[in-house]
Amino acid sequence: MSLENRIAEIIVSRLNVKPEEVTNSASLKDDLGADSLDMVDLMMDLEDTFNLKISDEDGNKLQTVGSVVEFLKEKGIEA
Amino acid sequence: MNLNATAVVTGAARGIGLEIAKKLIDTGWTVAALDMLEDDLGRSASELGSMYKPYTVNITDTQQLAVVAASIGKELPVVKGIVNNAGITRDALMMRMGEDQWNMVIDVNLTGAWKVTQAFMRSLIRAREGSIVSISSVVGLTGSAGQTNYAASKAGLIGMSKSLNRELAARGITVNVVAPGFIETEMTQKLSEEVRGDYLSRIPAARLGLPVEIAEAVAFLMSPSAKYITGVVLPVDGGLTT
Ligand SMILES: NC(=O)c1ccc[n+]([C@@H]2O[C@H](COP(=O)([O-])OP(=O)(O)OC[C@H]3O[C@@H](n4cnc5c(N)ncnc54)[C@H](O)[C@@H]3O)[C@@H](O)[C@H]2O)c1
Repeated sequence: MSLENRIAEIIVSRLNVKPEEVTNSASLKDDLGADSLDMVDLMMDLEDTFNLKISDEDGNKLQTVGSVVEFLKEKGIEA
Repeated sequence: MNLNATAVVTGAARGIGLEIAKKLIDTGWTVAALDMLEDDLGRSASELGSMYKPYTVNITDTQQLAVVAASIGKELPVVKGIVNNAGITRDALMMRMGEDQWNMVIDVNLTGAWKVTQAFMRSLIRAREGSIVSISSVVGLTGSAGQTNYAASKAGLIGMSKSLNRELAARGITVNVVAPGFIETEMTQKLSEEVRGDYLSRIPAARLGLPVEIAEAVAFLMSPSAKYITGVVLPVDGGLTT
């Protein structure tokens, strides 16, 4: 499965949204309805799944689906 | 009835915690009983049967807790309840209280509850339902000479719970506090007749409470009937604090 798809899967199950809503430009908060607790939960999920640490500072920058993908790629995660 | 959900109860090997475990099992919960007393856990397990799952752990030890949380995650139904009941006293007048006495009581009663709640809360958040109940004490409301450490820890649980309530209420999770008055346990049996008499004279109900009466209150707060009750401190004290 591609990195994009794995991330989308996590977002769909955590935020209870439809797969087609999870586009690259979708804002986690404004479009997908994540509140601050969802964001923390999501970050912890990404940490567990991809076995890395996301600092609060980095976490705050992850506003869109695309920015999550970019961030993980920068961290050297392929799939 | 089986709820197919786990309630984590700390200090559940004996005393009030054991009574809470019994009552929750009666109402369909699987109980993960966390305690340091391995022998008491074993005895209670043979008495209560297969819905009582004993885990030997010191709740002040973050590492041990993580291991236990991982096992519970694998072995038991999804965790939807947390009862912070483990507690200790190290009484002394403040003039004579050592820093170790202060630290130990805060570590177990307050920080321990925080650690246990943190170790298991994600599961409630995921389920979008659940209840967290912390066992405080009327002493946390009124204060008590010789118990600056204990009263601070018990009042601390109230602040923690009220704040956590604001974080979690929108997720269908209730966070409440039960504040027992004087309860018939080993702790209170050790009191002198004089102190006992003094307590009794202050309790409108004119008797000490029973552990099962605390357990009833906890089970109610964790039942579907109490879904809209959150962020409260419920004294169960025969009218002592009113
Ligand atoms: N007995 C009373 O009159 C009374 C009144 C008000 C509040 N309370 C509170 O109710 C709770 C239960 O009290 P009890 O009378 O049943 O006391 P208890 O001493 O009989 O039971 C407490 C249990 O907590 C366990 N425990 C203590 N430290 C622990 C740790 N670090 N890790 C794991 N387990 C630990 C003990 O092993 C014990 O089994 C306590 O929080 C107490 O402060 C009791």
